[in-house]
Amino acid sequence: QQPAQFTNPETPGYVGFANLPNQVHRKSVKKGFEFTLMVVGESGLGKSTLINSLFLTDLYPERIIPGAADKIERTVQIEASTVEIEERGVKLRLTVVDTPGYGDAINCRDCFKTIISYIDEQFERYLHDESGLNRRHIIDNRVHCCFYFISPFGHGLKPLDVEFMKAIHNKVNIVPVIAKADTLSLKERERLKKRILDEIEEHGIKIYHLPDAESDEDEDFKEQTRLLKASIPFCVVGSNQLIEAKGKKVRGRLYPWGVVEVENPEHNDFLKLRTMLITHMQDLQEVTQDLHYENFRSERLKRGNRLKIEDEEVNKDKILLEKEAEVR
Amino acid sequence: PCTGPVESKNEAAMSEMVPEPRQKPVVPMKPMGINTSLLGYIGIDTIIEQMRKKTMKTGFDFNIMVVGQSGLGKSTLVNTLFKSQVSRKSSGWNREEKIPKTVEIKAIGHVIEEGGVKMKLTVIDTPGFGDQINNENCWEPIEKYINEQYEKFLKEEVNIARKKRIPDTRVHCCLYFISPTGHSLRPLDLEFMKHLSKVVNIIPVIAKADTMTLEEKTEFKQRVRKELEVNGIEFYPQKEFDEDLEDKTENDKIRQESMPFAVVGSDKEYQVNGKRVLGRKTPWGIIEVENLNHCEFALLRDFVIRTHLQDLKEVTHNIHYETYRAKRLNDNGGLPPMTVETEENHESNL
Repeated sequence: QQPAQFTNPETPGYVGFANLPNQVHRKSVKKGFEFTLMVVGESGLGKSTLINSLFLTDLYPERIIPGAADKIERTVQIEASTVEIEERGVKLRLTVVDTPGYGDAINCRDCFKTIISYIDEQFERYLHDESGLNRRHIIDNRVHCCFYFISPFGHGLKPLDVEFMKAIHNKVNIVPVIAKADTLSLKERERLKKRILDEIEEHGIKIYHLPDAESDEDEDFKEQTRLLKASIPFCVVGSNQLIEAKGKKVRGRLYPWGVVEVENPEHNDFLKLRTMLITHMQDLQEVTQDLHYENFRSERLKRGNRLKIEDEEVNKDKILLEKEAEVR
Repeated sequence: PCTGPVESKNEAAMSEMVPEPRQKPVVPMKPMGINTSLLGYIGIDTIIEQMRKKTMKTGFDFNIMVVGQSGLGKSTLVNTLFKSQVSRKSSGWNREEKIPKTVEIKAIGHVIEEGGVKMKLTVIDTPGFGDQINNENCWEPIEKYINEQYEKFLKEEVNIARKKRIPDTRVHCCLYFISPTGHSLRPLDLEFMKHLSKVVNIIPVIAKADTMTLEEKTEFKQRVRKELEVNGIEFYPQKEFDEDLEDKTENDKIRQESMPFAVVGSDKEYQVNGKRVLGRKTPWGIIEVENLNHCEFALLRDFVIRTHLQDLKEVTHNIHYETYRAKRLNDNGGLPPMTVETEENHESNL
């Protein structure tokens, strides 16, 4: 006899594992989600403002902006800030990894080394944890997504943009973003987007591709996915300031010639970017795990066979001790 | 009104004087040596009119250089300044072109006319500046070009059979475009201006200023001014070249409040309140380029063209060029450089 808790047991032979997704969902909600977002781009492109706008928070309360003379000697830093966001019972542990100093120096030759090392380190750590004995609480600090900020003032990609994206496109999901989009007219935006997409293709840069909607999804979702795909790279405007416009308070920027509304789809792609990120968080994590991490892992294991044995030798005693403790 | 002690300084530049005298506020002038009001009207003041007529006939040269990263609106701004299609953008340059791998110097000349006065305007563009991954010393080709023009002029000057009017290709004004990040200057900006403010008049401008709100603009300008001061960068109008108190007061205000000018350029016209204005159309409004409430383009234009055009040329000739000349003569042991002309047909007594 089927237990009564499953819905719709009318059909004979109904087993009930169709309820599994609900169980997974419930467990995930309880466990919470972890997501690491890396943010890369020259100084002053609107990165911090956009992150604050996306997550309705202030991740950088005590920020000091250095002057040019200070920047001359500075190298690229990695700064990670973690924030816990809860919405309708779902917990998200979001880590934003900033890369101040990127693109600022007169000679940016070594600008990406620090960033690539960081990404590899997270993979290395995960690999180590995954291969270890105690795998209960592996913390996933791998970078699931990288927002790469392209300047809205240029005519397309700069040499630095091309080189950097080519250096990391096999390690992380790249989402190109154009912030401070209110500096462009609609026509200029279209032209810039097209130029960037052409250059991305020309240089063989692999950016994150949104998966097509499944055939069994409803029309609205399919349409939404189509629109999202067509809008990449997203041209966004960030702001957490409330401005009075048309009788209501909106997040925006006040100019002498008008108000730019952050959440107005006719003004910029902010809502699209947010939707894309939220609805594809799961997919971004999966691609990181199934593609980028697996690439790293196979390369690493092939390469580092010698190292692996050394590690094992060192740990042999430790393992023996642990095994003994277990047996006892 | 006579513009004071002009004669002594401008011998070589006399043929290129701007016909319209600089607009100066009414201020008590230094007393003239000879009291001409005694015996009746002589007519000395008609010399101004004669010079004016002569200049209108000969016209004058003005060379403006634009420097800044690709895409900051340099070409559009120059077109807007001179209300003509004079920049690289309009001479067959395609914006889809690749960024050059090294800094190139491209000079484009046009003759534009206004009120019977002809100006031979040369716009010198510097594509490739600041666009590479490694931008070390990317100002060197620019410094080289500027010095080459001084050298060219010097060679003409020391010639035995000199041309009546030496063609002036020297850079009178260098507009340096600062990216409107809202944060601070970039290391490259500092390096460029440090090196080049000693050889040419640099006027820093904040490009694409429609990306900043009024508060952000004010804050950014203050910050940039402070950074320039702290790093000892003397942009035009340089404090040490203020001629008199009048100049100093006027220029102080410009240096401490208006500059760097936050500008927006456009060569498209739109209808606003029944008038056709130059502007940029966005979904949230039309940005009017010549509206002082929207941006400071009009201030830049008035400054460079309507009030300080002649001064830019004078400072270039009397200060920057003279510095170059003195150095060259010193290097040569106090003698003028030998003119061994091969390309041009000049006579020499060798």
